[in-house]
Amino acid sequence: MPTLIDRTGVRADDWTLFDGDASALPADAKVLLPLDAWREYRDAWLARGTPVGVILGPADDPFVLKDDLAKLSLIAVRFPHFTDGRGYSIARQLRQRLGYTGALRAVGDVLRDQIFFYARVGFDGFALRDDQSVDDCLAALADFSEVYQASSDRGPAFARRAAAGVPAVTGTTVTRTRTAATTESVAP
Amino acid sequence: MYLYDDIDQRLVDERVRQFRDQTRRYLAGTLGEDDFRPLRLQNGLYVQKHAPMLRVAIPYGLLSARQLRMLAHVAREYDRGYGHFTTRQNIQFNWPALEDVPEILAALATVQMHAIQTSGNCVRNTTTDQFAGIAPDEIVDPLVWTELIRQWSTFHPEFAFLPRKFKIAVNGAENDRAAVLVHDIGIQAVRDDAGTVGFRIVVGGGLGRTPMIGHVIRDFVAWPHLLTYLDATLRVYNRFGRRDNKYKARIKILVKELGPAEFARQVEEEFAAIAGGPGTLTEDEVARVHARFTRPAYATLPAVDADFEDRRRSVRAFGRWVARNVAPHRVPGYAAVTLTLKRTGVPPGDVTADQMDAIADLADRFSFGGLRVTHEQNLVLADVEQRDLFDLWNRLVPLGLAVPNLGLLTNIVCCPGGDFCSLANAASIPVAAAVQQRFDDLDYQHDIGELDLNISGCINACGHHHVGHIGILGVDKAGEEWYQVTIGGRQGNQAAIGRIIGPSFARDEIPDVVEKLVTTYLRLRDSEAERFVDVVQRTGIAPFKESVYAHAD
Repeated sequence: MPTLIDRTGVRADDWTLFDGDASALPADAKVLLPLDAWREYRDAWLARGTPVGVILGPADDPFVLKDDLAKLSLIAVRFPHFTDGRGYSIARQLRQRLGYTGALRAVGDVLRDQIFFYARVGFDGFALRDDQSVDDCLAALADFSEVYQASSDRGPAFARRAAAGVPAVTGTTVTRTRTAATTESVAP
Repeated sequence: MYLYDDIDQRLVDERVRQFRDQTRRYLAGTLGEDDFRPLRLQNGLYVQKHAPMLRVAIPYGLLSARQLRMLAHVAREYDRGYGHFTTRQNIQFNWPALEDVPEILAALATVQMHAIQTSGNCVRNTTTDQFAGIAPDEIVDPLVWTELIRQWSTFHPEFAFLPRKFKIAVNGAENDRAAVLVHDIGIQAVRDDAGTVGFRIVVGGGLGRTPMIGHVIRDFVAWPHLLTYLDATLRVYNRFGRRDNKYKARIKILVKELGPAEFARQVEEEFAAIAGGPGTLTEDEVARVHARFTRPAYATLPAVDADFEDRRRSVRAFGRWVARNVAPHRVPGYAAVTLTLKRTGVPPGDVTADQMDAIADLADRFSFGGLRVTHEQNLVLADVEQRDLFDLWNRLVPLGLAVPNLGLLTNIVCCPGGDFCSLANAASIPVAAAVQQRFDDLDYQHDIGELDLNISGCINACGHHHVGHIGILGVDKAGEEWYQVTIGGRQGNQAAIGRIIGPSFARDEIPDVVEKLVTTYLRLRDSEAERFVDVVQRTGIAPFKESVYAHAD
């Protein structure tokens, strides 16, 4: 089973991925369901009274969960390969458009060199590929100390620049004399 | 130049640190080849036939003399003493060693340069008009907007792994000098009736294997919403663009398969849901970015300098250079000078380290220390006083940078081709050299007039052969190099894709083919004002085809 981490370190993974055989599940199991299994027997799963989650594949449409978000205790998004970036937009749509605030987990080919991006688009749990070092992955969450664009984790750099009172006008001009080289006068 | 603030600098420094660690892990064997490849590509590092190739970003083509000197330093220290300016307004080094690349990036970071997202399936360097900010026909200065897009696209977490590479161009003038119709997204800056800045969004253009002219999906996005509109567009592409076949993965295929109207509808739906969010631009931010661009302190000069006018009439070679390579400037008494990097026998876009240093000195002396790289692989000194043009010309001639062939046949746009690039089917630079030698006579070139010749060594079309008035494409036939010829392509407001004239040719036939096309044109044109591409449009390709293939039976 892949190691699960969040921002703080390793977490126990007490979810069971549904493999098609409901009879084998302990009565109190927290079950993670592929989208089809959820859609087909949604009411039966909810009737169990135990926490239920859904795992989305890269081609799945997150909007089909629109009315069920409050009932789900976990949404996982599967990355079949780390270069398949569809899951990033799925996460953004869940957070930004659907307002999902629950647990959101990246699973599959989840590697330290992408973990900064996963965290930015709204994932808060990371089920690591087997060969990944937990310490490296935790360190990678701090690969960059700033970000330019708005995403699920924070607003754009320009909002922080404005809040920090970075002067809007620096008055930067370049002058030249006809004989000497350029001097750049750069405001602090 | 846009001058970094501490956030810009920190991000570039942290990227160097990150890539240094990735390279260390790769060399130590703890980061596998397949996991490393996308990472190095997003730092501009390819593994080529002979050595890695490093592509350094020159955002929207703007370069300072100080940065150019650093590029010269890199060329000397880590390469073989030269660099190659590309059609994406970037520069490539063809010989650096993989283990040196972190050091190169660290050196570049000291002059506010990097190689971020110069390759890979992500948003690439945003390009614009080489005359941005100085063109008399400018509606909106695109530089502020390209820098805002640079920041938005840099490490965009949602779009780091798109189906395929993604290229954005911004044009702010009446004439399109940024090729907005043949980009994944082309952005034409406009003003509405009230004078408010906004953008017309063109999507799904592109060259490569399936050349297409883009479709307008929105006539006007008001400036505060530019970045969220891009978010919406990229999101639709990221979710639904094809990933099963890399040759069908560009956004143009998605736009074609959905139809432009349906694609636009999906973008609008996404945009309607996210517009007005935290990514919405503010007047403060636009003013801040604007203020961080250095602006030349122009002198007050007469619109026409009498000495300059005398000289251009009396010194024929100078006059010819002015006519071809000097462009008008919005400020009276100034001009923009194009340094053509297209000498016969030299690969197009190639510049030696010594030339770079010399050009940097000229930029300091004559043009406020600033330069632009053009998507036709030339350099521009954008702010030269008219009264200095003769002096500048005299200094450019011995450097081989004053060849008055801008817009003429020998100003060939050409990719590195099979001699350097592992993707290429065929050599391109020797083909360019052979054509340049055949048309070495400047008088003849000037008589032929405006003629864009573009050469690509493979279907990836880095030489933009589809939009060349004459386009030459290297193709592989059973392991041999052949060349397919198109005519009638053009860039600009009437952008069009060239049409194939017939079966392809062996390499040594190409100069003859070009000559036959040119003589056919000269025979058919109704006046000197009718350009090659105009004649092709009037007559169609039949007479050209006939002259080229006439003896073939």
